[in-house]
Amino acid sequence: MLHLSLFLIFGAVAVAGAINLLVQRHPINSALSLIAVMAALAAEYLLLGAEFVAAVQVIVYAGAVMVLFVFVIMLLNAGEEEHTKGSRVAIILGVPGMLVGSLLVAWTLVRQSGTSELEIGALPGAPSTIGWLLFHDFLLPFEVTSILVLIAIMGAVVLASKPEQTSEPRKEA
Amino acid sequence: MVPLSYYLILSGILFACGVLGFLIKRNIITIFMSIELMLNGVNLSFVAFAAHWHALSGQVFVFFVMVVAAAETAVGLAIIIAVYRTRETLNVDQVNLLKL
Repeated sequence: MLHLSLFLIFGAVAVAGAINLLVQRHPINSALSLIAVMAALAAEYLLLGAEFVAAVQVIVYAGAVMVLFVFVIMLLNAGEEEHTKGSRVAIILGVPGMLVGSLLVAWTLVRQSGTSELEIGALPGAPSTIGWLLFHDFLLPFEVTSILVLIAIMGAVVLASKPEQTSEPRKEA
Repeated sequence: MVPLSYYLILSGILFACGVLGFLIKRNIITIFMSIELMLNGVNLSFVAFAAHWHALSGQVFVFFVMVVAAAETAVGLAIIIAVYRTRETLNVDQVNLLKL
């Protein structure tokens, strides 16, 4: 009963945040509601006993990634989005298509999963267990990930840096 | 006790909201945030299935998804900055050339 009520409260927060993200016109409001979604999802992970994932969700997602988003929104001075003809077409085609697709996926998932129930703290997700798994069974993917992150850092620096300015002015104009 | 299907439905709702935002939003930063929302929805179903099967590897995959998402965010936002520098707009309808 406690598990169900906590699940419903945090699930309602997550869904409300997701809908608010769609409704808001200004990107900074969308970013703040996305942070609310991520915090609510961290609570859901904690309910399942996935402590490590909950901590990483708060630190990496709600912390680092969203700080990056908010920085870029402020850096580019993003204003309210304007609606154009293309967006109206996207709404007319997109909403029914999304509804049909998500209904299909939900029907398949619910039919497949049966009536199994999850207890509170069902996962033995202590950080030490995850760490053991990460550095034994998943050592190669973990190391590959570090290369990926290195490439991402270099790519971000190269892409975001200002284009080189030529020292001498051009002769022909 | 919460049925597994409740978690799957919640993750499906979040994923659908992400798809909808990706389709109807015109601001390139908000579109990017919708992608993050989709990834979060998928992560929730990963953790729910991990709890269902008592398999810890599901959580390790969530960790990898988060790392890839963080890398993707860094590169994507850098691309957004580069696009804004040449075009001075964040509206995707006005960004119709791949050339910088």
